[in-house]
Amino acid sequence: MTKVLTVEDLTISFGTGDSELTVVHKVNFTLEAGKTLALVGESGSGKSVTSLGIMRLLSPSQSRVQGKIVLHSDEDIDLLSLSESRMRRLRGDRIAMIFQEPLTSLNPVYTIGDQIIEAIRSHRRMSKRNARQRAIELIDQVGIPDAEHRLGTYPHELSGGMRQRIMIAIALALEPDILIADEPTTALDVTVQAQILELLNRLQEETGMAMLFITHDFGVVADIADRTIVMYAGEMVEEGSTETVLERPLMPYTSGLMRAVPKLETAGLKEGDLESIEGFVPHPDNRPTGCSFHPRCTHALAGTCDVPPVPIEDAGDGHLVRCKRWKTLQEAAE
Amino acid sequence: MARFILHRLGHSLLLLFLVSLIGYTILHLAPGGPLSQYALSPGMTQAELNQIAERMGLNRPIPIQYLDWFTSFLVGDWGESFRDGRPVLSVISGHLFATVLLVVSSSVISIGLGTLVGVLGATRRYSAWDYIATVGAMIALSIPTFWFGLVAIYVFSLQLDWFPSGNMYSIGDESFLDYAHHLVMPSVVLALVSVAIWSRYMRSAMLDVIGQDFVRTARAKGLTGQRVLYRHVVRNALIPMITLAGIQLPMLLSGALVTETVFTWPGIGRLFLDSLGYNDYPVIMGVLMFTAIFVLLGNLIADILVATVDPRVRLE
Repeated sequence: MTKVLTVEDLTISFGTGDSELTVVHKVNFTLEAGKTLALVGESGSGKSVTSLGIMRLLSPSQSRVQGKIVLHSDEDIDLLSLSESRMRRLRGDRIAMIFQEPLTSLNPVYTIGDQIIEAIRSHRRMSKRNARQRAIELIDQVGIPDAEHRLGTYPHELSGGMRQRIMIAIALALEPDILIADEPTTALDVTVQAQILELLNRLQEETGMAMLFITHDFGVVADIADRTIVMYAGEMVEEGSTETVLERPLMPYTSGLMRAVPKLETAGLKEGDLESIEGFVPHPDNRPTGCSFHPRCTHALAGTCDVPPVPIEDAGDGHLVRCKRWKTLQEAAE
Repeated sequence: MARFILHRLGHSLLLLFLVSLIGYTILHLAPGGPLSQYALSPGMTQAELNQIAERMGLNRPIPIQYLDWFTSFLVGDWGESFRDGRPVLSVISGHLFATVLLVVSSSVISIGLGTLVGVLGATRRYSAWDYIATVGAMIALSIPTFWFGLVAIYVFSLQLDWFPSGNMYSIGDESFLDYAHHLVMPSVVLALVSVAIWSRYMRSAMLDVIGQDFVRTARAKGLTGQRVLYRHVVRNALIPMITLAGIQLPMLLSGALVTETVFTWPGIGRLFLDSLGYNDYPVIMGVLMFTAIFVLLGNLIADILVATVDPRVRLE
């Protein structure tokens, strides 16, 4: 296994002084070549901000990113200590990103050919002709037929799924080490979603890139991720191999999220089969003391769960959980 | 495209008809009339006045006069000036160059400067510069053009003697530099309001685009800040500005009316005011129709331009 990115104690806050809000708190993970790590959580859990923080796409005047983000290429590079111009050279080249909204993520006034070629030529000295050739290969690679003809089409002439494929083509243009995918299938319908996931899996096999996959959908996680991190209110609350996390979740929040996913077996049955987690993710300026999840947790115990600190503990085999009662709950379940 | 243009030309013709009808009616509702000039001449009798009216065709009922005027207008005969008997079209074309010179140069100033101020305001939002630009635009919008023109003449012509106070050229010089020297003050004065409007619109169009997903994509691709700004943000922000330019055209022309008067600029605006004073109906109607055609054409061109720079717009 080759590590390509290490994130250490990543903490991201917005605003300054008294109004500073910490939205991501001490997140740690590594990305490995050829492997996919999923970040899962509800809206507001800090997963998208984490990805934008790694890309350094957050406004430096409005946000503060602390910790370490080390890219392991020929040498170890801490992204947070790079100048903007050096970071720019890595962006789109070594680390690429695709987004949730394929419909609006492409510039409406340029052809898709222009937009792919622009990405290539802003990182490599390449003639327009060669870049064009490369663009055709890429469009072909992401499974769009008649690639040469597609170069001259505009984004609005393509469907959402097609546009996401183009976004993927742009992201892959420079054979990055890392692809960050921020809910790339959320806005697509289910059949298209499956095609895109399949495409990403195939491309990962072909290129050996590492993927950081952000989603709120456990179905997608099962399809794509090798490891999974569950985030809640800006903190990692559970981490492990996808299999372990899905089959043996230790944190009540994770199991709650999984029960909130509709399943075919229970479709159309009586009310109450589909559970929801009461309440909302706390606002960063109003975080509960102790475990952030305890006000919504059905297993919360006064005097235990509301007392800090709540450390993240190893439950064996690299299965990490941030819950003071995980042992008790596990024993009770068995 | 061809169908769109034909369709729009049809619309424009209808609009021109309405403009002419309303203009003609209002003109004849106003007291006085072309004959009042002659009536002032010493020893003028009613019989002689009637004779003049008959010769000028003013004794006929107004609807008949209008129909007569409109049918000749359609075939390109815009009548003769009551004042000196010259054909209206040649009177207008004699003043056209001055107005076009003024309007074009002040458009260049307002679009260029307004775009720059708007872009800087949006990229340095809430900076000292942004506040200065905002307050400056408010002030520029609040100053009446005629007053600003007079102050400019007082300061830069009378006190500092940097620029001539009026006219388009010095008699006996008429070099390019002489024209340019005369052009500075009127075009800046005329541009002032447009710069203010243009910069505000540009700023907000920029802010709209900066927040769009495709700008984030452009940055994620690793493009330089300059490239993201000019190729992705400004390019898209300018699209609504083209429509705005079309809409601003009438404002610019009415501004030219005031500016030309203040700076004794021999353009169409001044011709219009002078003709009003003389009740020179054919010339007034001619200028009115000419301006209307100019505005309609400007908007048509703006729409076609939007369609050529924005692939999403299809003209039908």
